[in-house]
Amino acid sequence: MEQMKLDLNNYRNLLKEYLLTKNETVLYQAEQLSKMSVQHSISPEEIINVHIEALKDLHPELPQEVTDSLDFLLEAMISYGLALQEFQFLRQKQFELESEISVAARMQETLLSTVHPSVKGLDIGAISVPANQMNGDYYHFVTDKDGSLGIALADVIGKGIPAALAMSMIKYSMDSFPDNQREPSLILENLNRVVERNVDPSMFITMFYGLYNPEDETFSFASAGHEPGFYYHASEDRFEEIHARGLVLGATHNATYQQCIQKINKGDCIILLTDGVTECRVGDRFVEREEVRQVIKDYIHLPAQNAVDKVYKYFERLQEFHLRDDFTLIIIKKEV
Amino acid sequence: MDFKPCVTIRKEWDIVGARQLGRKHAKELGFGTVDQARIATAISELARNIYLYARTGTICFEVIDELDKKGLKIVAKDNGPGIRDISQVMQDGYSTSGGLGAGLPGVKRLMDFFEIRSDSEKGTEIEAIKWLR
Ligand SMILES: Nc1ncnc2c1ncn2[C@@H]1O[C@H](COP(=O)(O)OP(=O)(O)OP(=O)(O)O)[C@@H](O)[C@H]1O
Ligand SMILES: [Mg+2]
Repeated sequence: MEQMKLDLNNYRNLLKEYLLTKNETVLYQAEQLSKMSVQHSISPEEIINVHIEALKDLHPELPQEVTDSLDFLLEAMISYGLALQEFQFLRQKQFELESEISVAARMQETLLSTVHPSVKGLDIGAISVPANQMNGDYYHFVTDKDGSLGIALADVIGKGIPAALAMSMIKYSMDSFPDNQREPSLILENLNRVVERNVDPSMFITMFYGLYNPEDETFSFASAGHEPGFYYHASEDRFEEIHARGLVLGATHNATYQQCIQKINKGDCIILLTDGVTECRVGDRFVEREEVRQVIKDYIHLPAQNAVDKVYKYFERLQEFHLRDDFTLIIIKKEV
Repeated sequence: MDFKPCVTIRKEWDIVGARQLGRKHAKELGFGTVDQARIATAISELARNIYLYARTGTICFEVIDELDKKGLKIVAKDNGPGIRDISQVMQDGYSTSGGLGAGLPGVKRLMDFFEIRSDSEKGTEIEAIKWLR
């Protein structure tokens, strides 16, 4: 690396002026010089060297001990110079990595993108925001000619790139299942086997799968250890937890999943989320599920997409705009 | 003027001897204080690696004095266990000192030319040159 030379004349003049005037202006100029030196990778030992030279020019009569001691100081600074260079190199490298990751994140967005379907009689809202660049949450809608709607929601324990990679796998396995396979419990059983075979045992994926059937207006669902969602009974203005028993994906080979069914009435809502919502952290405190429910309740009368956006904004602000975990929230409202 | 005096590294003290000899050559060649200090630091790193990982070895100096360029070459040589993954140790932040810029990547930065050869049978040989500007 070609380094800029520190201008000895300039330094000497500044130093001379300071010794004469003890002037704050000169110190300010020294600060500017210091900043510029760091920018140009000028090591501390070089500055000390220039200082020694300047001082010798200005005071040739300086005692030997003083100049010797400055040489000693110069030696003592060598490692700081090296650390500075390493820091600059690593910063450059970090910059490169970050731009690489942002390309990967855009790719992931395209790969995992899902169309928000319009299904007759349903109002659907969804939001998914990664804590870092890459999202370890994943949701997907599957529609069918008969008007049914499948909803998949998964969360990898852990976040960042490994989580995002695992999610791509989930998506492509689901794509490869035959269209007629729509039973939530069976879908989870199949995915469990895929995950168990292909993913590192230290990595767990929780998942919820639900299927809305317009014919009898029911919602059947199964869960692989996923954060329970809420069911909102409009007529009673009451929330109920959506529970179904089942182990996280990949934990054992032959896991089976309980499938439950719920009749949906007009105005009712299905609220699905990941633990990035329920485990919002404010300082040392985790937000209680009760609080989450209350916030959702405050916005549930809005159109679904509006509602999820508002809930997200609320928790984003609460966490001072710094998400600790990937955040996904889906609200499905029965309109008629 | 091409001489090759060497310092044998056996104990930690010998690191000081190598630094001293290196600095003497550097000074005679006309290197300034900053470059002297950098050369001495590079010698320390190489000699300490020999002392720590190969137990014994040598640090030799060669004064390069050609028409168009002058410089000091340091050759660190040992018959120790060798370095298995050179590209890994040459990465910043790898050294056991916790990546404070020192170690072999530091030597590479302190000097103008750096070359390393190492295998588990012959040991390690590192050549580094600082040119006088
Ligand atoms: N001469 C050598 N023979 C065998 N192995 C060596 C030798 N020199 C270095 N190594 C190996 O390469 C690694 C990196 O060396 P390097 O000098 O960069 O860092 P370090 O010695 O671990 O820490 P530091 O020098 O920063 O205190 C060492 O940990 C050691 O395993
Ligand atoms: Mg070392």
